[in-house]
Amino acid sequence: MLLLYYESHTHGLSYMAVSADHIREKLIKELEAVHVDVEDTSPERCAASFKVLVVSAQFEGKPLLQRHRMVNMCLAEELKAIHAFEQKTLTPEHWDKMKQQ
Amino acid sequence: MNSLIRSTARCMRSGAAACLLRPADGLVRAASARFLCAAADLQKDLGEMVKKDKVVVFMKGTPAQPMCGFSNAVVQILRMHGVDQYASYNVLEDQELREGVKVFSNWPTIPQVYFNGEFVGGCDILLQMHQNGDLVDELKKLGIRSALLDAEKESK
Repeated sequence: MLLLYYESHTHGLSYMAVSADHIREKLIKELEAVHVDVEDTSPERCAASFKVLVVSAQFEGKPLLQRHRMVNMCLAEELKAIHAFEQKTLTPEHWDKMKQQ
Repeated sequence: MNSLIRSTARCMRSGAAACLLRPADGLVRAASARFLCAAADLQKDLGEMVKKDKVVVFMKGTPAQPMCGFSNAVVQILRMHGVDQYASYNVLEDQELREGVKVFSNWPTIPQVYFNGEFVGGCDILLQMHQNGDLVDELKKLGIRSALLDAEKESK
Protein backbone atom coordinates (compact mmCIF):
# COMPACT_ATOMS: atom_id res chain seq x y z
CA MET A 1 0.00 0.00 0.00
CA LEU A 2 2.78 2.40 0.96
CA LEU A 3 4.73 1.50 -2.16
CA LEU A 4 1.73 2.15 -4.40
CA TYR A 5 1.14 5.50 -2.77
CA TYR A 6 4.75 6.43 -3.33
CA GLU A 7 4.66 5.52 -6.99
CA SER A 8 1.61 7.55 -7.73
CA HIS A 9 2.48 10.59 -5.72
CA THR A 10 6.07 11.13 -6.54
CA HIS A 11 7.25 10.86 -10.06
CA GLY A 12 8.58 7.42 -9.22
CA LEU A 13 7.41 6.23 -12.59
CA SER A 14 9.89 8.55 -14.16
CA TYR A 15 12.67 6.27 -13.02
CA MET A 16 11.96 4.79 -16.43
CA ALA A 17 14.25 6.65 -18.79
CA VAL A 18 12.01 9.20 -20.41
CA SER A 19 14.53 11.39 -22.10
CA ALA A 20 14.12 13.87 -24.91
CA ASP A 21 16.27 11.64 -27.14
CA HIS A 22 14.17 8.59 -26.43
CA ILE A 23 11.02 10.50 -27.32
CA ARG A 24 12.56 11.90 -30.47
CA GLU A 25 13.68 8.48 -31.66
CA LYS A 26 10.31 6.92 -31.03
CA LEU A 27 8.49 9.63 -32.95
CA ILE A 28 10.87 9.39 -35.87
CA LYS A 29 10.59 5.64 -35.96
CA GLU A 30 6.86 5.17 -35.49
CA LEU A 31 5.48 8.22 -37.24
CA GLU A 32 8.15 8.44 -39.94
CA ALA A 33 8.68 11.99 -38.78
CA VAL A 34 10.93 14.02 -41.04
CA HIS A 35 11.54 16.54 -38.30
CA VAL A 36 11.13 16.40 -34.55
CA ASP A 37 11.89 18.99 -31.90
CA VAL A 38 11.68 17.83 -28.33
CA GLU A 39 12.00 20.38 -25.60
CA ASP A 40 12.35 19.18 -22.06
CA THR A 41 10.28 21.68 -20.13
CA SER A 42 10.71 19.84 -16.85
CA PRO A 43 12.78 22.57 -15.16
CA GLU A 44 9.87 24.96 -15.58
CA ARG A 45 7.39 22.56 -14.05
CA CYS A 46 9.20 20.59 -11.38
CA ALA A 47 8.10 17.35 -13.07
CA ALA A 48 8.79 15.41 -16.25
CA SER A 49 7.36 17.62 -18.98
CA PHE A 50 7.95 17.86 -22.68
CA LYS A 51 7.01 20.00 -25.61
CA VAL A 52 7.26 18.40 -29.05
CA LEU A 53 7.02 19.47 -32.64
CA VAL A 54 6.44 16.60 -35.04
CA VAL A 55 6.50 16.90 -38.81
CA SER A 56 5.24 13.87 -40.68
CA ALA A 57 3.54 13.03 -43.96
CA GLN A 58 1.36 10.63 -41.96
CA PHE A 59 -0.52 13.70 -40.70
CA GLU A 60 -1.72 14.68 -44.14
CA GLY A 61 -5.48 14.84 -44.45
CA LYS A 62 -5.98 14.08 -40.76
CA PRO A 63 -7.82 16.43 -38.45
CA LEU A 64 -5.98 17.93 -35.51
CA LEU A 65 -7.44 15.66 -32.86
CA GLN A 66 -6.54 12.57 -34.84
CA ARG A 67 -2.95 13.77 -35.27
CA HIS A 68 -2.62 14.37 -31.56
CA ARG A 69 -4.02 10.93 -30.84
CA MET A 70 -1.43 9.41 -33.17
CA VAL A 71 1.32 11.07 -31.18
CA ASN A 72 -0.32 10.06 -27.89
CA MET A 73 -0.50 6.46 -29.05
CA CYS A 74 3.11 6.47 -30.15
CA LEU A 75 4.16 7.73 -26.72
CA ALA A 76 1.55 5.85 -24.69
CA GLU A 77 4.08 4.28 -22.31
CA GLU A 78 6.13 7.44 -21.86
CA LEU A 79 3.06 9.58 -21.22
CA LYS A 80 2.27 7.51 -18.15
CA ALA A 81 5.41 8.95 -16.60
CA ILE A 82 5.12 12.44 -18.02
CA HIS A 83 3.34 15.12 -16.07
CA ALA A 84 2.77 17.75 -18.74
CA PHE A 85 2.88 17.41 -22.49
CA GLU A 86 2.49 19.94 -25.30
CA GLN A 87 2.51 19.03 -28.95
CA LYS A 88 2.39 20.64 -32.34
CA THR A 89 1.82 18.48 -35.41
CA LEU A 90 2.59 19.62 -38.93
CA THR A 91 2.64 18.11 -42.38
CA PRO A 92 5.94 18.50 -44.29
CA GLU A 93 4.24 21.02 -46.57
CA HIS A 94 3.08 23.19 -43.71
CA TRP A 95 6.50 22.93 -42.08
CA ASP A 96 8.25 24.08 -45.27
CA LYS A 97 5.88 27.03 -45.52
CA MET A 98 6.56 27.98 -41.93
CA LYS A 99 10.32 27.80 -42.44
CA GLN A 100 10.09 30.20 -45.34
CA GLN A 101 8.34 32.85 -43.29
CA MET B 1 -12.09 10.08 1.91
CA ASN B 2 -14.95 11.85 0.17
CA SER B 3 -14.30 10.01 -3.06
CA LEU B 4 -14.32 6.67 -1.27
CA ILE B 5 -17.71 7.46 0.22
CA ARG B 6 -18.98 8.74 -3.10
CA SER B 7 -17.76 5.75 -5.02
CA THR B 8 -19.27 3.38 -2.48
CA ALA B 9 -22.58 5.19 -2.77
CA ARG B 10 -22.34 5.04 -6.54
CA CYS B 11 -21.69 1.34 -6.35
CA MET B 12 -24.74 0.68 -4.25
CA ARG B 13 -26.95 2.97 -6.29
CA SER B 14 -26.38 1.03 -9.47
CA GLY B 15 -27.60 -2.12 -7.75
CA ALA B 16 -24.17 -3.69 -7.63
CA ALA B 17 -24.47 -4.18 -3.91
CA ALA B 18 -23.15 -7.69 -4.43
CA CYS B 19 -19.67 -6.21 -4.61
CA LEU B 20 -19.81 -5.02 -1.06
CA LEU B 21 -21.88 -7.78 0.53
CA ARG B 22 -19.85 -10.68 -0.77
CA PRO B 23 -18.05 -12.32 2.13
CA ALA B 24 -14.59 -10.90 2.37
CA ASP B 25 -12.58 -14.04 1.72
CA GLY B 26 -9.55 -11.91 0.96
CA LEU B 27 -9.12 -8.26 1.71
CA VAL B 28 -7.41 -7.51 -1.62
CA ARG B 29 -10.12 -9.20 -3.67
CA ALA B 30 -12.92 -7.37 -1.95
CA ALA B 31 -11.07 -4.10 -2.34
CA SER B 32 -10.39 -4.62 -6.03
CA ALA B 33 -13.98 -5.70 -6.71
CA ARG B 34 -15.20 -2.55 -5.03
CA PHE B 35 -12.64 -0.52 -6.94
CA LEU B 36 -13.66 -2.00 -10.29
CA CYS B 37 -17.28 -1.35 -9.48
CA ALA B 38 -16.60 2.29 -8.67
CA ALA B 39 -14.38 2.73 -11.70
CA ALA B 40 -17.04 1.33 -14.05
CA ASP B 41 -19.64 3.57 -12.48
CA LEU B 42 -17.42 6.60 -12.93
CA GLN B 43 -17.11 5.80 -16.64
CA LYS B 44 -20.89 5.68 -16.86
CA ASP B 45 -21.21 8.93 -14.91
CA LEU B 46 -18.68 10.61 -17.18
CA GLY B 47 -20.76 9.59 -20.18
CA GLU B 48 -23.63 11.53 -18.68
CA MET B 49 -21.51 14.42 -17.41
CA VAL B 50 -20.12 15.28 -20.84
CA LYS B 51 -23.58 15.33 -22.40
CA LYS B 52 -25.37 17.30 -19.69
CA ASP B 53 -23.86 20.63 -20.73
CA LYS B 54 -22.86 22.08 -24.09
CA VAL B 55 -19.36 22.96 -22.93
CA VAL B 56 -17.64 20.75 -20.38
CA VAL B 57 -14.12 21.21 -19.11
CA PHE B 58 -12.13 18.87 -16.89
CA MET B 59 -9.40 20.97 -15.38
CA LYS B 60 -7.05 21.54 -12.50
CA GLY B 61 -8.66 24.10 -10.25
CA THR B 62 -11.74 26.11 -11.15
CA PRO B 63 -12.49 28.78 -13.76
CA ALA B 64 -12.26 31.34 -10.98
CA GLN B 65 -8.99 29.87 -9.76
CA PRO B 66 -7.16 27.66 -12.24
CA MET B 67 -4.28 25.71 -10.68
CA CYS B 68 -2.30 24.99 -13.81
CA GLY B 69 -1.08 27.03 -16.75
CA PHE B 70 -2.73 24.80 -19.35
CA SER B 71 -6.06 24.75 -17.53
CA ASN B 72 -5.83 28.51 -17.18
CA ALA B 73 -5.20 28.86 -20.91
CA VAL B 74 -8.42 26.97 -21.65
CA VAL B 75 -10.37 29.19 -19.28
CA GLN B 76 -8.90 32.35 -20.81
CA ILE B 77 -9.55 31.26 -24.39
CA LEU B 78 -13.17 30.43 -23.60
CA ARG B 79 -13.51 33.76 -21.81
CA MET B 80 -12.17 35.61 -24.84
CA HIS B 81 -15.01 34.12 -26.85
CA GLY B 82 -17.49 35.17 -24.22
CA VAL B 83 -17.99 31.63 -22.95
CA ASP B 84 -18.21 32.03 -19.20
CA GLN B 85 -21.01 29.62 -18.41
CA TYR B 86 -19.91 26.04 -18.70
CA ALA B 87 -19.60 22.92 -16.61
CA SER B 88 -16.17 22.51 -15.12
CA TYR B 89 -14.86 19.66 -13.01
CA ASN B 90 -11.81 20.06 -10.81
CA VAL B 91 -9.74 16.89 -11.03
CA LEU B 92 -7.54 18.00 -8.17
CA GLU B 93 -10.45 17.41 -5.81
CA ASP B 94 -10.94 13.84 -6.90
CA GLN B 95 -8.11 11.48 -7.74
CA GLU B 96 -10.53 8.91 -9.19
CA LEU B 97 -11.97 11.49 -11.53
CA ARG B 98 -8.49 12.57 -12.51
CA GLU B 99 -7.56 9.07 -13.61
CA GLY B 100 -11.03 8.07 -14.79
CA VAL B 101 -11.43 10.93 -17.23
CA LYS B 102 -8.12 10.02 -18.88
CA VAL B 103 -9.44 6.51 -19.44
CA PHE B 104 -12.81 7.78 -20.58
CA SER B 105 -11.41 10.20 -23.14
CA ASN B 106 -8.42 8.03 -23.99
CA TRP B 107 -6.37 11.17 -23.48
CA PRO B 108 -3.37 11.35 -21.19
CA THR B 109 -3.53 14.88 -19.85
CA ILE B 110 -5.69 17.51 -18.21
CA PRO B 111 -7.33 19.88 -19.21
CA GLN B 112 -9.90 18.19 -21.42
CA VAL B 113 -12.63 19.99 -23.33
CA TYR B 114 -15.95 18.57 -24.54
CA PHE B 115 -18.42 20.25 -26.90
CA ASN B 116 -21.87 18.66 -27.09
CA GLY B 117 -20.61 15.45 -25.59
CA GLU B 118 -17.79 15.17 -28.07
CA PHE B 119 -14.15 15.31 -27.07
CA VAL B 120 -12.42 18.35 -28.57
CA GLY B 121 -8.95 18.11 -27.13
CA GLY B 122 -6.68 19.74 -24.62
CA CYS B 123 -5.10 23.14 -24.36
CA ASP B 124 -2.95 22.79 -27.51
CA ILE B 125 -5.90 21.94 -29.69
CA LEU B 126 -8.15 24.62 -28.25
CA LEU B 127 -5.42 27.19 -28.77
CA GLN B 128 -4.91 26.17 -32.39
CA MET B 129 -8.64 26.22 -33.00
CA HIS B 130 -8.76 29.71 -31.51
CA GLN B 131 -5.88 30.88 -33.70
CA ASN B 132 -7.18 29.45 -36.96
CA GLY B 133 -10.78 30.55 -36.48
CA ASP B 134 -12.20 27.05 -36.03
CA LEU B 135 -13.29 27.76 -32.48
CA VAL B 136 -15.69 30.48 -33.58
CA ASP B 137 -17.27 27.97 -35.99
CA GLU B 138 -17.47 25.18 -33.45
CA LEU B 139 -19.11 27.47 -30.91
CA LYS B 140 -21.60 28.53 -33.57
CA LYS B 141 -22.57 24.88 -34.03
CA LEU B 142 -23.33 24.80 -30.33
CA GLY B 143 -25.57 27.82 -30.72
CA ILE B 144 -23.01 30.06 -29.02
CA ARG B 145 -22.07 33.30 -30.68
CA SER B 146 -18.44 34.05 -30.06
CA ALA B 147 -17.80 37.42 -28.44
CA LEU B 148 -14.96 37.90 -30.89
CA LEU B 149 -17.45 38.28 -33.71
CA ASP B 150 -18.98 41.23 -31.92
CA ALA B 151 -15.56 42.67 -31.14
CA GLU B 152 -14.77 42.49 -34.85
CA LYS B 153 -17.97 44.27 -35.76
CA GLU B 154 -17.26 47.08 -33.34
CA SER B 155 -13.81 47.69 -34.71
CA LYS B 156 -15.07 48.06 -38.28
